[in-house]
Amino acid sequence: MLRDRSTLALAIVMVALVVAGPFLPAWLRFVGTVALANALAVLGLLLLIRTGLVSFGQGLYYCIGGYAAGVGGKDLGLTDAFALLALGIVASGIISAILGLLLCRYREIFFAMFSMAFSMILYGLLSKSQKLGSTDGFNVVTPTFLGYAPDGANVKVWVFGLAVVLAFGVGIVLHQHLRSGMGYASEAVRDNEIRVEYLGVSAQYVVWWKYVLAAVLAALGGGIQALASGHVGPEMAYWTTSGEFVFIALLGGTAHVGAIISAAVIFEFIKTWVTQISPYTWQMFLGIVLLVIIMFLPKGLWSLLARMRRAS
Amino acid sequence: MRHQHCCMPSVKHILCAATLSLAAALPAAAQEFKLGVVTFLSGQAAGPFGIPAKNAAEITVDAINAGALPAPYNKKGIAGMPVKMILVDENGGPSKQVTEYRNLVERDKADAVIGYVSSGDCLAIAPVADELKKLTILFDCGAPRVFEEKDYKYVFRTRPHGAMDNVAAARYVADILPNVKKVNGINQNYAWGQDSWEDFTKSMAKLKPGVEVGTSQMPKLGAGTYSSEISALLLNDAQLVHSSFWGADLESFIQQAKARGLYDKQLLVLTAGEPSMFRLANEIPDGAVIGARGPFGVFAPDNALNRWFRDAYQKKFDSPPSYASYVMSQAILGLKAAAEKAMAKNPKPSGEDIVTALEKLEFEAPSGTVKMSLAKGHQAVQENAIGRFKLQGGKATIVDVKRYPPECVNPPEGTTAAKWIEAGFPGAKC
Amino acid sequence: MQTLIAIVVDGVIYASWLFIVAAGLTLVYGVMRILNLAHGSLYAIGAYAGASAVVWYFARNYPVAGSYALLVIAAIVSGALVGLLVERGLLRLMYGRDEVVMVLVTYGVLLILEDAIKLVFGVEAYTAFQPYEKMGRTSIGGMTFATYDLALVAVSIVVALALWWGVNRTKQGKLLLAVIADREMATALGINVTRVFIVTFVIGSVLGALAGALTAPAIAVAPGLGVEVIVLAFAVVVTGGLGSIEGALVGALIIGIARAAAVHLWPQVELFVIYGVMALVLAVRPQGLFARAGARKI
Repeated sequence: MLRDRSTLALAIVMVALVVAGPFLPAWLRFVGTVALANALAVLGLLLLIRTGLVSFGQGLYYCIGGYAAGVGGKDLGLTDAFALLALGIVASGIISAILGLLLCRYREIFFAMFSMAFSMILYGLLSKSQKLGSTDGFNVVTPTFLGYAPDGANVKVWVFGLAVVLAFGVGIVLHQHLRSGMGYASEAVRDNEIRVEYLGVSAQYVVWWKYVLAAVLAALGGGIQALASGHVGPEMAYWTTSGEFVFIALLGGTAHVGAIISAAVIFEFIKTWVTQISPYTWQMFLGIVLLVIIMFLPKGLWSLLARMRRAS
Repeated sequence: MRHQHCCMPSVKHILCAATLSLAAALPAAAQEFKLGVVTFLSGQAAGPFGIPAKNAAEITVDAINAGALPAPYNKKGIAGMPVKMILVDENGGPSKQVTEYRNLVERDKADAVIGYVSSGDCLAIAPVADELKKLTILFDCGAPRVFEEKDYKYVFRTRPHGAMDNVAAARYVADILPNVKKVNGINQNYAWGQDSWEDFTKSMAKLKPGVEVGTSQMPKLGAGTYSSEISALLLNDAQLVHSSFWGADLESFIQQAKARGLYDKQLLVLTAGEPSMFRLANEIPDGAVIGARGPFGVFAPDNALNRWFRDAYQKKFDSPPSYASYVMSQAILGLKAAAEKAMAKNPKPSGEDIVTALEKLEFEAPSGTVKMSLAKGHQAVQENAIGRFKLQGGKATIVDVKRYPPECVNPPEGTTAAKWIEAGFPGAKC
Repeated sequence: MQTLIAIVVDGVIYASWLFIVAAGLTLVYGVMRILNLAHGSLYAIGAYAGASAVVWYFARNYPVAGSYALLVIAAIVSGALVGLLVERGLLRLMYGRDEVVMVLVTYGVLLILEDAIKLVFGVEAYTAFQPYEKMGRTSIGGMTFATYDLALVAVSIVVALALWWGVNRTKQGKLLLAVIADREMATALGINVTRVFIVTFVIGSVLGALAGALTAPAIAVAPGLGVEVIVLAFAVVVTGGLGSIEGALVGALIIGIARAAAVHLWPQVELFVIYGVMALVLAVRPQGLFARAGARKI
């Protein structure tokens, strides 16, 4: 019952947002697009966290996704949004498949730090490549959609729609996946690897798969971010980007994909809100909000909802 | 249950604030000119650039609202309206800045935006400004790329771009060291440092063919300690060290290089050294070549606007204005000049009118005349000035100043800075 | 040959700086299992405290020698104060949470401290060069080095020895080792873990502040200082093995020499040589150089 309700709810919200898209104030729509792009990367992280691994390197694939979209437009002459995103999926898939072979042997904080190291190496490489604009990055083409080229501000409506469909679509698939055999296998890996191996499932194989999937989702998010903001830069691979993703996951709690998506949206709003009310000390505000959430909602905002549901 | 009570307000608060700001955006307060000002209020660039620029914006806007500026800016307000400044921190990277820019324009209904020290931010903001059709003035970023890669209608840069810093520095070096054979460099490992070094070495190669590069050190931005780099510079006996360092990195390097005796052997060429010159008067060696990225600070001409600017700044903030202060003030004055030109045709000028008026405009600023002559009238050129440091009676001064006219150190319309340097400065009038 | 000498000396100087920065971080992790992102902020606080104390000191024309003692005092006072505040005011409430959650808690502290530093000290850079300058130059193999930098190498050795002695040769240190080995068992044996935690965190904070204060005379102290340092310290600590003091020492040396070699021989790769070394070490030794492999859950 509950599973169907969740899927239905996600589908309803998705349709509602796509329909509402053109009528939202433009700034709100943009913040929403960025939030959903981040949500995609964090959904990937959710997969890993369910397996007991926290990556401080999702930024690596977020950045690859963004740069793939950028380079596809700049050097390959592509403008189709789907082709640009596909480029990111392919690139991140290949790279994560290789790095995953190495990383699937690591756990806990070592997995976190190692994944961060790769992300920082990419940051270093991009900061040196003047052809790709060095630390300034470069601008991304205005996308078209399967041959249709919306004019002016309408492009952003379409990008928003795409972000909604992708984030919620991925959310629904992921929701099902977490309840499948492979999904439960990952929780088993988190709880006890050796027992999983006795059951005839290779823990490393599970981890490798999750790592690749997480990478592809991050690349999708990075691609959307690139199309939305029209610019990519190496700071997408900087450790603070990955840190933000971990924070969002924590904010929402890992109980449900809906929690991740809501947390991404709330986080983006908190960020612009603190920037607005306190331009001098917005970082301090952000830090305080973070601590308050960790202190009072250890299982994320979702636990608040669950608690309220229980109370009623 | 207790927990629930303490957290609910925080969530509610956030939602409330979001709704409130949404509501606040709806009725447009018509009778003031809302000016978005974006600059670094935190992070490394806040001290040397962000805060001096914010300070300059404050005194300039206050003077505009009081009608206290010297002619030709003695009328109150911009386009007849008092100016209200909305301040935003530039820290956080281009993606965050795109979001904040959209919020400024679409939520807070800014009438114009002046901002951006970082070239990455400028690059990301420019297409968004055109998309939203909002007059946007890039006040400080240096990369020539911004207008070389694309034409923009609503985007302007009221300061010269960065190529002239190093073209002028190379010309100056060629003058004072006619026998220069070998140059070293230490620049920060990011776009600005890389571009500066490339412009400098390529210009040197044209002015003094056969000049060799000793070593080019590229430490990370904000590294702070340069012990190994200084050893490498010492081991490569060039006649000079070129550096586009700024802020705390520059000051750290100057001190550490002094302790190691680097200056005894190699001449220091600091293209962005002016703001640190007063703070480190006792550390910088006499004779060091100093630039201010244009006719700003000590290089600014003696005119009524500059006298007002220096006095007002010194009085309010107890320190001289740095080049970031100058370029901020001149961005606001450029906007005011354009608005006034537009008012001659239409007493209540629209944003579009001001944009048209700012194209190809020539206006006066504390740094002298600014000509919006490149990139179809969207990119300013100015003269540049370079000099040498001298400690006189315990005070930091600049001697042997050479001024380079705008046409001497800026590429002409229709070419890029890199190509122009590569081709040996065709059409330069010195 | 000169290049080789330069690489070794520069490498050792850089390594000694890295070690002081990383020592507190690894100590806190070893005992408390907290990867403290705010360690960088303590570095910055120490640097600001040291620089402003020195500025105040020289404004009164006191003799130079006293300024070195002042730097250390400034570090101890500021580090202990802030460390105590963070531990008692916040971390205490969070003990027992997941390691990754604790990383995020310290990330929150980092964000808050960054702005707090700005509010207290402003954005203008502090320069207090006198202690650096007055020590003069020393020549090694025909190259001049700043004596202050070389003195830091000595300080770093002293810190390493003191830590080693404190942990391995004192009663308090033995208690610490017991807590590191098995927290529950240590509690059961009647060790006051709370006190051990407070003391460890304060010592870690003081070490961070000390690194900042000792670096302050060589640099212009400006906002953003702490964020730059923290990733470096992480790389050192992970390379050496989280929680191991010897590891931090060896990690600092490897990374220091590798970086110096890059600067002299191939400056293009300086930006990622540190992460390259870290990745290489982790690829060969997944737990870092000196850490014990953890027991697997059965």
